[in-house]
Amino acid sequence: MKAYDIVIVGGGPAGLAAAASAREQGIQSILILERDKELGGILNQCIHNGFGLHTFKEELTGPEYAGRFIDKVKELGIEYKLNTMVMDISHDKVVTAMNREDGMFTIQAKAVILAMGCRERSRGALNIPGYRPAGIFSAGTAQRLVNMEGYMPGKEVVILGSGDIGLIMARRMTLEGAKVKVVAELMPYSGGLKRNIVQCLDDYGIPLKLSHTVVDIDGKERLKGITLAEVGPDGKPIPGTEEYYSCDTLLLSVGLIPENELSRGMGVEIDRVTSGPVVNESLETSIEGVFACGNVLHVHDLVDYVSEEATRAGINAAKYVTAGEKAEGSKVDIIATEGARYTVPRFIRVDQMDDLLTVRFRVGAVFKDSYISVYYNDERVMHRKKPVMAPGEMEEIKLQKEKLQAYPDLKTITVKIEKE
Amino acid sequence: MYDVVIIGAGVAGCAVARELSRYKVNACVIEKCEDVCCGTSKANSAIVHAGFDAAEGSLMAKLNVQGNEMMGELAKDLDIPFKRNGSLVVCMHKEDLPGLKTLYDRGVANGVKELKILSKEEVLAMEPNLSDQVEGALYAPTGGIICPFQLTIALAENANVNGVEFKFDTEVTGIDKKDGSYLIHTGKGDIESRYVVNAAGVYADEIHNMVSGKKIKIVARRGDYCLLDKNVGNYVSKTIFPLPTKLGKGVLVSPTIHGNLIVGPTAVDIENKEGTNTTRAGLDDLISKAGATVKDLPIRQVITSFAGLRAHEAGHEFIIGEVEDAKQFIDVAGIESPGLSSSPAIGVMVADILRDLMGLEKKDDFVSTRKGVLNPETLSIEERNELIKKQPAYGNIICRCEMVTEGEILDAIHRPVGAKSLDGVKRRTRAGMGRCQAGFCSPRTMEILERELGTSMLNITKTGSGSEIVVGRTKEQV
Repeated sequence: MKAYDIVIVGGGPAGLAAAASAREQGIQSILILERDKELGGILNQCIHNGFGLHTFKEELTGPEYAGRFIDKVKELGIEYKLNTMVMDISHDKVVTAMNREDGMFTIQAKAVILAMGCRERSRGALNIPGYRPAGIFSAGTAQRLVNMEGYMPGKEVVILGSGDIGLIMARRMTLEGAKVKVVAELMPYSGGLKRNIVQCLDDYGIPLKLSHTVVDIDGKERLKGITLAEVGPDGKPIPGTEEYYSCDTLLLSVGLIPENELSRGMGVEIDRVTSGPVVNESLETSIEGVFACGNVLHVHDLVDYVSEEATRAGINAAKYVTAGEKAEGSKVDIIATEGARYTVPRFIRVDQMDDLLTVRFRVGAVFKDSYISVYYNDERVMHRKKPVMAPGEMEEIKLQKEKLQAYPDLKTITVKIEKE
Repeated sequence: MYDVVIIGAGVAGCAVARELSRYKVNACVIEKCEDVCCGTSKANSAIVHAGFDAAEGSLMAKLNVQGNEMMGELAKDLDIPFKRNGSLVVCMHKEDLPGLKTLYDRGVANGVKELKILSKEEVLAMEPNLSDQVEGALYAPTGGIICPFQLTIALAENANVNGVEFKFDTEVTGIDKKDGSYLIHTGKGDIESRYVVNAAGVYADEIHNMVSGKKIKIVARRGDYCLLDKNVGNYVSKTIFPLPTKLGKGVLVSPTIHGNLIVGPTAVDIENKEGTNTTRAGLDDLISKAGATVKDLPIRQVITSFAGLRAHEAGHEFIIGEVEDAKQFIDVAGIESPGLSSSPAIGVMVADILRDLMGLEKKDDFVSTRKGVLNPETLSIEERNELIKKQPAYGNIICRCEMVTEGEILDAIHRPVGAKSLDGVKRRTRAGMGRCQAGFCSPRTMEILERELGTSMLNITKTGSGSEIVVGRTKEQV
């Protein structure tokens, strides 16, 4: 069996950044396993711009942003295998993978970095009633068809869900000559970035109907139309508000789900809110030496944060390989409550953390003129006002090692949203 | 001129075709859809019923029990998965307990073996996720689960290998009686045949009424289903039925042969024989009913929902036999549940009828077995690597949810009565049937279909003409 110090599952933005940072820490033996035919992951189909403002201080397209990291990985001489599917990872880090050339093979890893990304929630998972014709696509599938394969999924489009991919595809389909009739969103607020609503819908006169959902799908072979209805505060359709839209295409942008089949298979503990692994300050999962980063850990809004997070995962994996044993330290839980849905990481070991640690989280509703509050045990230590917070955008707090070390008998850190 | 034309490539038509192919006969199956298994056979509970439900002395009871007994060997011959997981009819109210005894007695009279009435304690020990309200159950160890697609496809392939032709996209528009034969008008021209088998599912009445003065009526009885993720596929191990009502066997909860959990069906009689749309009311109804027999049904794990149409005849009985006022025309009508379970016996019964009417002789070279699409997961790593070395496509995963390789998809396309559409590939290999519901694999499967069928992406369909997936190239419309 071949052996590597670090095996990275996934060659998207997370896997690439993790690989580069681990190599820069001096780890020579690194292998990236990528299931697609090229590195770069989902960025390859995101041909719009707006990537990299934080990382590179310039606006890049998805492929350009990925290209920077691909170039770096190649310059650093990091090994990778394309068209290679990881089938299984055992608890003791034996990775089983398969491709056309090598067949099925196993690799013993000292450390594993999980960077498999996420998938889109399907129509089936929403249990939308009606027929099951052709013409219903998840927004990302349509994006691949248009941007990578060069085919149009349809001409008259309704989009359900205002996630970022749906918003981007509203603009994309419009630019390709399709008529996007409406974007419907179940919630009373959008799940996407504000800038995407402005640049992808408002600029093209595409209406966004909040608190609306699809209640019926018409057309046996190919989609003929859908029925929208307004939903009440309970999320249920309000009778009498139904409105029929003829269309040949329904795009779904109704949520992303971290792809943790491999993680579950190896016994990694999964967080019920994020559907990603529970990790500590080092982005290490419940299995020592197994790290996670990017959308497999929690769904991000900006790829810049993915790169930053993955860089930390790479550094920490390198540290683990070099030390050769599990780092110890007493645990402090981070509790997300009252408006904060979760935090990544979910707990920290103060001794192991960097001098400054970014903790990211999302809120569960739209908050205006509210405060992000942080408590050490019962004492409020931070109270930062924000004009708007929305579930579509990630929030962050920074924890200082020095302050945590100085705090007597610290058991929990609580993050919550307060009105005053 | 054919000796026999079978109208309808559902499980009944394909079972008849396969049994008929044992004989020296020139036969053809004609089907209005693009593939086999596109109507009632594709959307049902995927259950092989034990046979205690149908009325004592009915043809339905007889064929169900026979079909159930035949299924084990047939599944082996045709290389398809089948499991006798056993079924439980659960009783939720003390006052209804006599209903279990009635079913038990009927089952015994029908010839169902190994039936047993279980106490509350026994049944809860067997299925801990049943509702605590359960008062007792009828246990039928011979009940089973099967893949209706694979059964129908395997029967069709085997019939085809033994000489039966298949014509798809061929809808019957009328039938004329001639002297000693029938002239069948279809959307693709006329077809003449000495004998006709009417296995047209929900349309069997229309086909029958083209030749007979004694009209029959088939009502489409719609049933909604939910299919749940494999994460919860072992939520119950047996097929759980409530006590039956007038409208049918009620909403069941069952593992599927592929490891998902299925919940359904509802029962609503509808006018539209193409009305395979689920409804909010139907889905809500089945979720609440299934919730009555099992506790905390994990309905959030749903990955898809669908509706099927039962070909319901008012007398709730199979109508199988030569039509009185239309000689040489054999009805196989009213094949609703337990039609799938009965299909092996229906095939034999109809083939026997034709043998006797036509004086058919057996072939010497009938091939009784068929190999299914190879599932590489059944191989050892060494065997698998040997296979990949010879056929690298088996090293290329296309559907990552169900771990389906390109090799399997190629096999599905190129075998007899092969796949021509995304759904055709899906039903033969499970590519696209998993939790992402083809989000990732559909563009890749489309590319394979395009290449292998020598067609354009623009012609690739979900399930036949009219269901094209893409409408043009980009940059064409601006």
